[in-house]
Amino acid sequence: MELRLSGVGHSYAGREVLRGVDLEVPEGQIVCIVGPSGCGKSTLLRMMGGLEVPAEGEVLQVGHSPEGCLNPLTFIFQDFALLPWRSVAGNVSLVLEDHPIARAERREMVADVLARTRLTEFVDALPRQLSGGMKQRVAIARALVVRPAVMLMDEPLSALDSQTRELLMDDLVNLWVRQPFTAVYVTHNLAEAVRLGHRIVVLSRRPGEVREVIQLDKPLAERGYGDAELEAQQKHLWDLMRAEAAAADAELVGG
Amino acid sequence: MRSLSVDKPEQKVAFRGGGFTFQSRRWVGFLVFIMLLLLAEWGTRSGVISPLTLPKPTDVFQIFVELYSSGLLFQHLIPSLLRLLVGAALGASLGIAVGLLIGLFSFVRAGLLPLVAAIFPIPKIALLPLFVIWFGIDEGSKYALIAFGTFTPTVVATFAAVDNVDRTLIRMGQSFGLSWVSIVRKIVLPGAMPGILAGLRISLAIAIILLVAAEMLGAEFGIGAYILQAGSLYDLERLFAGVVILSVLGVLVSAVIGAVERRLLDWRT
Ligand SMILES: Nc1ncnc2c1ncn2[C@@H]1O[C@H](COP(=O)(O)OP(=O)(O)OP(=O)(O)O)[C@@H](O)[C@H]1O
Ligand SMILES: [Mg+2]
Repeated sequence: MELRLSGVGHSYAGREVLRGVDLEVPEGQIVCIVGPSGCGKSTLLRMMGGLEVPAEGEVLQVGHSPEGCLNPLTFIFQDFALLPWRSVAGNVSLVLEDHPIARAERREMVADVLARTRLTEFVDALPRQLSGGMKQRVAIARALVVRPAVMLMDEPLSALDSQTRELLMDDLVNLWVRQPFTAVYVTHNLAEAVRLGHRIVVLSRRPGEVREVIQLDKPLAERGYGDAELEAQQKHLWDLMRAEAAAADAELVGG
Repeated sequence: MRSLSVDKPEQKVAFRGGGFTFQSRRWVGFLVFIMLLLLAEWGTRSGVISPLTLPKPTDVFQIFVELYSSGLLFQHLIPSLLRLLVGAALGASLGIAVGLLIGLFSFVRAGLLPLVAAIFPIPKIALLPLFVIWFGIDEGSKYALIAFGTFTPTVVATFAAVDNVDRTLIRMGQSFGLSWVSIVRKIVLPGAMPGILAGLRISLAIAIILLVAAEMLGAEFGIGAYILQAGSLYDLERLFAGVVILSVLGVLVSAVIGAVERRLLDWRT
């Protein structure tokens, strides 16, 4: 399934946040969205997932969801959003419980996805017992279990330390290589963007407009930590963003 | 490096990070209690405290033994417990239900919140005559009084707890397409549970106070009636025996809620 945004614009209380955003998320690819703080990245993502309605323009889903898909547009949140009163397995099975799936099959699906995200040992652990990286892996498992058509990730790694981030990026790459998924990945971190993105969309500062779209053709599996080609791309991105970020930073919050 | 510090003074870094953390020290409370009892016993025996001021603890204990052996204890205790149970269960469950509705629907909130604010400060005891007319002089009016008294604080605690449920968790539920019922049952209710239980602690203490008040106004049996009888005769031993029963009841209720909290809220640190 693809996502297509045309002319999306939005304002909060008279303050324009997004303006004329055209965007395409092709099937089987990861589209990264970068941009200065407050430029409306999260807002854009919420619109793609149906948690908010754009004031202008429209968000279209094109094509069919994959076989057995339970929740086509699935979020992974920055702060994990795990239920603290449910175990790892309970948090994953939560999103299956509203679907007519037999108990045994549900348990199998949960076990399978936890194995894929290497969480099998922690099935019965509560979120408070897990490290940040582990929590985000649970959230990723929860997203995978519903077989999403498009994954919507809002700075999924930014609450984690840089080592854990590297590990989780490898995890995401491995998951994608084994079974390509479609994703929109919002981030502040340009290194993450050049590592995971097939396509990188640079937004301007508020009101967010598409400034540039960069296509990265190097296969995900071949991108590694400290890759010279990626560094060059990252530098190019930073040059694009530098002035915007500085200007955005100097603005009064809420001004 | 080592040679440099040879003649400089060495000092261990002093620990200053103590205190301000909660540690379980059950025995301290118990010890304070025993000390007070011993003090009272010593005071009344030696005459420092006159018998008109405070009864001798051993005498009060004697009363208990009599109460128990004559079977009078349960004759008073069982109707009281029944009233407390029925009244508090009614008030708390209604309170939680209404609190949830106020927390979940803005229409209900707009409609009921002023009403709750208006009812909250009314001393419920003042309404007992009204309840007697509405529900009869028997158990009905007592249940109603206790239920009404537990209702309002439970409502307030519950909707405040619902307001405090992490919105990102609700967003998460919506983003996975969970049904409204599932979101309420699996996200809102457990998330509000700590606040609801904290509110119940207060509501149930109020229920005990109202129980006694109700029993003082027209009951043959019950702890309140027993205390009233003793009080009108200035029988301090009996009065204190009744008060002790109430305190024990309070401690028991608190312990029950503590147990429920440990069971339901074991996910908290
Ligand atoms: N629900 C809301 N009501 C009012 N204003 C909002 C709301 N959500 C976001 N905003 C405002 O809209 C602007 C864009 O917010 P958004 O969260 O989309 O930015 P962002 O690009 O994700 O920022 P960040 O990089 O800090 O996460 C900000 O100025 C924010 O204050
Ligand atoms: Mg954001």
